[in-house]
Amino acid sequence: MQVLTSDSSIERSSIDLAIELRSIDKSFGSVHAVRDVSMRIEAGRVTGIVGENGAGKSTLMSILYGLYRADAGEILVGGAAMQMDSPRDAIAHGIGMVHQHFMLIDSFTVLENLVLGAEGGALLANGLAAARAELGRLSREYGLTVDPDALVADLSVGEQQRVEILKVLFRGARILILDEPSAVLTPQEADQLFRILATLKAHGVTVVLITHKLREIMAATDAVYVMRQGEIVAGRATSDTNPEELAELMVGRKVLTHLDKAPPRRGEVVLRAEHLSLVDARGVRLLEDIGLELRAGEIVGIAGVSGNGQTELLQVLAGIRAPTGGRLEVCGRTIDAEHPVDPAEMRELGLAHVPEDRLRQGMVADFRASETSILGYHEDEPFSNHWLLDGPAVGKHCTELMQRFDVRPRAPGLHSASFSGGNQQKLVLAREMDQAPKVLLVGQPTRGVDIGAIEFIHRELVKSRDAGCAVLVVSVELEEILSLADRILVMFAGRIVGDVDAAAANERQLGLMMAGAQAT
Amino acid sequence: MMDEVLSIAFLMSAATLRVATPLILCAMGGLFSERSGIIDVGLEGKMLMAAFFAAATASATGSAWAGVGAGVIAAEALALLHGFACITHRGNQVVSGVALNILAAGLTVVLGNAWFKQGGLTPPLTANERLMPLAFPNAGDSILVYVALLSVPFTWWLVGRTRFGLRLRAVGELPLAVDAAGISVAGLRYRAVLLCGLLAGLAGAYIAIAQNAGFTRDMTAGQGFIALAALIFGKWRPFSAFGACLMFGLLDAIAIRLQGLKVPGIGEVPVQLFQALPYLLTMFLLAGFIGRAVAPKAIGVPYTKEH
Repeated sequence: MQVLTSDSSIERSSIDLAIELRSIDKSFGSVHAVRDVSMRIEAGRVTGIVGENGAGKSTLMSILYGLYRADAGEILVGGAAMQMDSPRDAIAHGIGMVHQHFMLIDSFTVLENLVLGAEGGALLANGLAAARAELGRLSREYGLTVDPDALVADLSVGEQQRVEILKVLFRGARILILDEPSAVLTPQEADQLFRILATLKAHGVTVVLITHKLREIMAATDAVYVMRQGEIVAGRATSDTNPEELAELMVGRKVLTHLDKAPPRRGEVVLRAEHLSLVDARGVRLLEDIGLELRAGEIVGIAGVSGNGQTELLQVLAGIRAPTGGRLEVCGRTIDAEHPVDPAEMRELGLAHVPEDRLRQGMVADFRASETSILGYHEDEPFSNHWLLDGPAVGKHCTELMQRFDVRPRAPGLHSASFSGGNQQKLVLAREMDQAPKVLLVGQPTRGVDIGAIEFIHRELVKSRDAGCAVLVVSVELEEILSLADRILVMFAGRIVGDVDAAAANERQLGLMMAGAQAT
Repeated sequence: MMDEVLSIAFLMSAATLRVATPLILCAMGGLFSERSGIIDVGLEGKMLMAAFFAAATASATGSAWAGVGAGVIAAEALALLHGFACITHRGNQVVSGVALNILAAGLTVVLGNAWFKQGGLTPPLTANERLMPLAFPNAGDSILVYVALLSVPFTWWLVGRTRFGLRLRAVGELPLAVDAAGISVAGLRYRAVLLCGLLAGLAGAYIAIAQNAGFTRDMTAGQGFIALAALIFGKWRPFSAFGACLMFGLLDAIAIRLQGLKVPGIGEVPVQLFQALPYLLTMFLLAGFIGRAVAPKAIGVPYTKEH
């Protein structure tokens, strides 16, 4: 990922305040989400707010944007106290927000989305024409190119985010709040986003960036506030701090940046792929000539920029998709185009899979945690006798998993969707690891997971390795691969282009391979 | 021979339009409601209630237009009730709609008995109390037939070409986005159900005081559901839904025309078969053909904002 340098040499005292929050307080029922928060956001600067999931960052910004009403406290915009009763008030005061989940209507064109709420008259024709002209101007000025007549559903996630930013600028906002903007982006799209933010800043736009990625804070912000459990625990000029300090402030204890692990004790080969390939219905080659070996007792990391075949490789290895060429051997069973396998059979062979998209493939959001904890194994003893589920047994099993994997809250009856990303992931991981699999496939083990949980998940994966399991980790986070894996494979354009020992690997070398600059 | 064919075709198309009029009005009404995200199973009840109050008022006042007004007001009352249950209190929209249908079916008969003591009927309307056919442009058509025809391009224009329409479509797809843009979700949805009430009210009035001369028990006979089917079959688009209404109307007109027809080898085809055709077609179409119809994304989902 390209790192942008921030300009921290500007004289701080001459800067005006765009927004000041004074003693903001907000509770939802018994949950005290934001406690007595005061914050100063300087005009024309990029201010970051970091904190773990559930620290109150998004709630605070929703209050500023008028989506929630604060129980107590004051909001000052440009020095004057404001009442934010609805987003309309915030928009009127030049505040715009790009939400984590886009507020775009898929079946509308870019232009229609742009004018929604600012149509410029009862009839659309004039408003749309004016908006088209304004969109052209904004696109040129800020380098945000997008086709005004494209349907939003046809745009990539990065383009959709650009439309969101344009929407905010179109309403004349001079203060832009971005809630976890890079969470849904590929690394390239994220780089592009941060270049856009730099352009906006150069044009005098005030940016508030909410994130839990420290690298982004260091790269893109001028000042940073750290939130923990609803409170501001620190405010710093970005140039006066470093990632280690911020991480420590976020979790309130020293983070293990280095994962302690013994050298692997490799056993026999449990999974072998030879000349594996996958061509989809349209004839697009997704995987080409993949060869890999996975041994018991090692962690193999697959690095690569997302979209280079890692998702498809996981699907083939897990039995979700059948390969169109080559062969795959898993625990003695041979799989090829003529002899496909289904995920249930894979599970019986001793292969467990923690999917990349845990919300869609790893669990059912509306199911209770106890149900999620047996998904895929729900027909096995002791959960079921093939006719009826044994509720108490399932509940007991879930409680045990929750204790072992520190899933919070320990509430087997709660809907799976109600848990934070980290706790959902721990639950899915617990379910798969509990089967003591011979092969464990893990896609993006810590995507959307907070720092405390990342550390825990990494340690569990190493423990599993030490117990003799063959672990395959796919991640777009290079640091994660470097700290977890014993051996690293690099994917580019559907091929494995690199195979290096983790001890000998460095970020620069891997980065070159991920960019397709080097082929083996 | 040629003349005969042409004249039958002309008579059929005129009949089709007359039969389709309440379907068209109702489907356009339902379109507003459903595009805003509010399912309207209660079209039938709104129409029935409007039919009763239109006939009762026309009979009591002697004015057809007072009847139309009363019909619209009655349908609007049910529309507001639906809105109150589904928008303000976030109730289940299908349950609320079904409840309205049951309410209308019962209340019209009870009130009819209490007021007119004719077994649930309203007194037969005289020519003055009815919306009489116009002489021009096509002799025999009521003015509401033309209102129905005009309601289609009007709906298309309002939904597709105006600020209100853009917001209406948006609120049916992603109400959160509408809220975030600073527009009231509830306000938009109330306006949508009121428009629905207006059009369903006109449809009911048409049935009672233009097509017929008074109210009879359950006289809407499921046409509200057929209109709903036409709306879904037309993928929630005005002109497509209009086409579906005409198709159902044509089937009905054919059924009327073919009554008593003798088919060689079979004999007289039972009237009931023809009368059941539109309903059978509805089931057939809904079950098979439009499986992939794309409904407004937020349809049926109450909008909740946490505070």
